[in-house]
Amino acid sequence: MIDSSHHKASLLEVDGLSIDYGLKGISSRAIDGVSFALRAGEAVGLVGESGSGKTTTAMAIAGLLSPNARVSSGEVRYRGNRLPIDDDAAMRPHRWTETSVVFQGAMNALNPVHRIVKQIAEPCMLKLGMSRGEATGRARELLELVGIPADRGAAYPHELSGGMRQRVMIAMALACRPSIVIGDEPTTALDVITQAQILKLLGELRSQLNLALILITHDLSVVAECCDRVMIMYAGRIVEDGAVSEIFAKPKHPYTRLLIDAIPNPANGKKMIRPIPGDPPNLLTRPSGCVFHPRCPSAIGICATEVPSLEKCGQGRVACHLHRSSQQDRVSVHA
Amino acid sequence: MPDTANILQLESLQVHFPIQGGLFDRVLGRPAGAVRAVDGIDLSVGRGEIVALVGESGSGKTTVGRVITKLAQPTGGKMLFEGRDMTSVQRASALRPYRHRVQMIFQDAYQALNPRHTIFDIVAEPLRSLRLVDNRKQLADRVSEALASAGLNPPGDFFARFPHELSGGQRQRVVIAGALAVKPELIVADEPVSMLDVSIRAQILQVLVDLRHKHNMALLFITHDLPLAWLIADRIAVLYLGKLVEIGSADEITFQPRHPYTVALLNATPQMGGDAGRAEVPALQGEVPSAARVPKGCRFHPRCPLAFDRCRQEEPPPIEVGPKHLAACWLAN
Repeated sequence: MIDSSHHKASLLEVDGLSIDYGLKGISSRAIDGVSFALRAGEAVGLVGESGSGKTTTAMAIAGLLSPNARVSSGEVRYRGNRLPIDDDAAMRPHRWTETSVVFQGAMNALNPVHRIVKQIAEPCMLKLGMSRGEATGRARELLELVGIPADRGAAYPHELSGGMRQRVMIAMALACRPSIVIGDEPTTALDVITQAQILKLLGELRSQLNLALILITHDLSVVAECCDRVMIMYAGRIVEDGAVSEIFAKPKHPYTRLLIDAIPNPANGKKMIRPIPGDPPNLLTRPSGCVFHPRCPSAIGICATEVPSLEKCGQGRVACHLHRSSQQDRVSVHA
Repeated sequence: MPDTANILQLESLQVHFPIQGGLFDRVLGRPAGAVRAVDGIDLSVGRGEIVALVGESGSGKTTVGRVITKLAQPTGGKMLFEGRDMTSVQRASALRPYRHRVQMIFQDAYQALNPRHTIFDIVAEPLRSLRLVDNRKQLADRVSEALASAGLNPPGDFFARFPHELSGGQRQRVVIAGALAVKPELIVADEPVSMLDVSIRAQILQVLVDLRHKHNMALLFITHDLPLAWLIADRIAVLYLGKLVEIGSADEITFQPRHPYTVALLNATPQMGGDAGRAEVPALQGEVPSAARVPKGCRFHPRCPLAFDRCRQEEPPPIEVGPKHLAACWLAN
């Protein structure tokens, strides 16, 4: 998926990106050497638990890093050009026109005292230089696109239900015709039926507009529904990356396997879901070697001392010593 | 089933919140409306049984939990605890023995714990206020026992710590320990794991399931997540707009749902196995109507893909569709 032949076709490349957050003189590493490429129109799920770095990764791409974040190494390239992700002003032309974000809490992200049509029109005026009239027309089109009758544009956010507000957020994200839309847990606050409606809408818009979609979520089953590819993050690193069907059928990294086993699935018969032993990692005292080794049931000696690199494995990539050795064994057998 | 076999019984339970009309409405004599949060629910929980109450936001599931723990007062119907009518008991002294036996676990452990109290004080609080211990030694023993049952080991390590020093999963365990300290017979757990990371959820669920095995404790598990309900519960009750639409064993509800709403909920739940095994029904349109304007007839009919004339006129009663499996749908016959 990341082999060199695809590099040219990549819309976005993240290359060895590490970001630290400074706090009272202590710095903690939020993401550590994250590398991946995203093709136009591709839907990728970025899955991890709290503190895994999924949001930091996505916000770096969107140019929305918080002021205390520091890019300590690596870079992000959009259509081959390096993005100034740590320069707020220089990122301005990129935001919304190339990459936009659908945030989680629509109620907090929308301005309560403006009608929604005005809020959607605003980026069109600022970014695309439209007149107020043109922008309003565009906003009405966008509302229809996300399944809200254009006349509802006169409503204020509090007059809409949670699902409708999330649709407004999607309309805003699409306002300046971006090629990448990042969904930051876009359905977490919604009920299951509304969630299904929103995921379906995102899928339709994606194929209609050839959008690349990065879906940040802690919920693997949401990814299974609407992504082609999934990247599993743990403590700031990508531990596994591959096609959704492949990863769910044959997870390679022990963490991925445990995550899948931790979700109840009636199709698999009634068995108690298995907890992942141990506690989530503390980013200030990051374990040596593989970050997952203190919780890993299959850890071996080398896991505590050496950081496994994310290497190509089958169709995907995995960062696990077990996998590397078994693959090498297989290679030697074949040779 | 005789009443004594059930620890808790709700009969036509109703909670209506009046809507205060404006001055204009009152002058014109317009009738004040009501939000029909819970609108006639019959539900029982047996000793040592785990019942899941499943519904979307606005279905009234949390209000049911609040009535059971006496945090909300019903406006109609009855609540029996071990056959005794607890509906109108409100005096604190009369409630003390009840609170001792029924406890609640809240969703948000960040808000449920007082940030200025130590873990010891938080867990000791119900023991002190219900006057269940005679001396400090007993208090310390009960707190240790509760923390250990909730999986916080060794308990002594947590006594002097404050909530902010703990992880999310540990905090939720402290909330559980607080509920366990009084050795209740029924716990009402309102979305106890929905704020937690996936890897922590299973640990908390295991604690709850163990309690049933060890202490024969009954659990009313309130959730919006059907697969989770299926995993943990013996029976599932599906709530829509203040009324039960279907109730039955966890397996029957999951694998042989009879009410179109249950079917829709199951279909909307994202699954890792893709679309295999999903019923061929159109996705639901629209959202749950306001409980202040409950539709006439079957309250689900405006969104039901299978609705016909009768559904718009008459409200369907619960119909037995299998052993202990009821569905309130005209099509379930």
